[in-house]
Amino acid sequence: MATRIAQRTRTDGSLPRWVFVPAGLGALFVLLPLAAIGSKVRWGTFWSLITSESSLAALGLSLKTSSAATALCLLLGVPMALVLARTHFPGQRIVRSLLLLPLVLPPVVGGIALLYTFGRRGLLGHTFEVLGLQIAFSTTAVVIAQTFVALPFLVVSLEGTLRSVGQRYEVVAATLGGRPTFVFRRITLPLVLPGLLSGAVLSFARALGEFGATLTFAGSLQGVTRTLPLEIYLQRESDPDAAVALSLVLVVVAVLVVGFAQGRRES
Amino acid sequence: MITRQHTVAATAAALVVLTACGSSEDAATTSTARSTLTVFAAASLKATFTQLGASFEASHPGVTVTFNFAGSSDLVTQIQQGAPADVFASADTKNMDKATADSLISGAPVPFASNTLEIAVPPGNPAKVATLKDIINPAVKLVICAPEVPCGSAAEKVEAAAGLAFTPVSEESSVTDVLNKVATGQADAGLVYVTDVKGAAGKVEGVTLPESSAAVNTYPIGALAGTKNASLAKDFIALVTGAEGQKVLADAGFAKP
Repeated sequence: MATRIAQRTRTDGSLPRWVFVPAGLGALFVLLPLAAIGSKVRWGTFWSLITSESSLAALGLSLKTSSAATALCLLLGVPMALVLARTHFPGQRIVRSLLLLPLVLPPVVGGIALLYTFGRRGLLGHTFEVLGLQIAFSTTAVVIAQTFVALPFLVVSLEGTLRSVGQRYEVVAATLGGRPTFVFRRITLPLVLPGLLSGAVLSFARALGEFGATLTFAGSLQGVTRTLPLEIYLQRESDPDAAVALSLVLVVVAVLVVGFAQGRRES
Repeated sequence: MITRQHTVAATAAALVVLTACGSSEDAATTSTARSTLTVFAAASLKATFTQLGASFEASHPGVTVTFNFAGSSDLVTQIQQGAPADVFASADTKNMDKATADSLISGAPVPFASNTLEIAVPPGNPAKVATLKDIINPAVKLVICAPEVPCGSAAEKVEAAAGLAFTPVSEESSVTDVLNKVATGQADAGLVYVTDVKGAAGKVEGVTLPESSAAVNTYPIGALAGTKNASLAKDFIALVTGAEGQKVLADAGFAKP
């Protein structure tokens, strides 16, 4: 990272020096609170705190539900991005804005919206109950909440990539007689793979951090709906040391995820 | 590349301007206010203390009462981190004890109210909950507070006293979350305070719980040791513990301490 910045500043002399002052302040603003978490960790008890039964249950549940949510995002988000990037229909701009709404909605609002859609007394709640599906207070509810907030990340990322790679190769393949599904599988998909991967990683990260919608919509029970952020929120009440230790775990996971996405983008 | 640098500079500049705005605004508010009493109070006291705050402002011209309502343990943490409070009213003695242990409270806290648990059910009581035994039926979706928070430890005491084993579908981190799950019909029953049921009249119904005497939460109030408004803080505590305060609290369903 540091060498990259150095290279960039050397190759581009047009950058005024004063920019480094606010830029450095901004960087501190982001990094200092993260360092503060590190400084508050009681290292003596760190391992026992993060390997307690409730912590492991929360971490396991978080990884499991975030993976499921990412899979759902891919399943739904890839076609959505394709339609948005490769077709034109009336009202497309409005549709896109509405679909990206969860990006800017406060998660708790998303939770309330989901509650009145999938809740027992929600729009679809009765239908699900007739089908024998219990969504309230289940792990499914957590995955739904995470998918709802993470989906736009995948769609935005992939749609951007689709637009920037253009349609030249797709057109050529089609004129050579390739059927649409073949062209998608052999031409489009390999071309947008980096964007698709970074979109999936971002979705995973967003799902991992999901808190508000889960708390409002899914509830909080160890091993079923209490994901890592909810566990941290609860531990804060009685055991601030455990909350800090778990926060650090989440920071580390997030760093790994972002690092992976960055590495992908660069290669 | 150049456009990206411009964006960075513009964002940084905007940030500087924003921070500047923020600080000048803060300065303006502190200079115009004549006297402000800051009360940190448990979330369950919101309705009653807001009413008492208005009454206090009426009897103390020139004084503004500002409240910070939150979970008692959050409030203690904020006070420990140096939040500027004059009065602290906790929903349980445990959290008040944390503040007194750190010598943050001046003198001994005064108990001013108590609260017990009740079963909250959605309007119409769809699961026909009548006694504590009904809520351990697996078909009844029960939501309680997690043991880490005061309403959850009260629920644990009731559970132990009744000799039952609760099987909740969710253990929420605040009593408000339990109440919301019941009010929206997600849950069939929830254990909340008597005052919560009364405050949410129309949205939930209450089922009295004789076993709740096993867990009585006492609310203590005290002035902060570091307050600059010691006499105002004393007056406010006198209002809460006096006849008027006790009537407002009793009307909201609180019992005597």
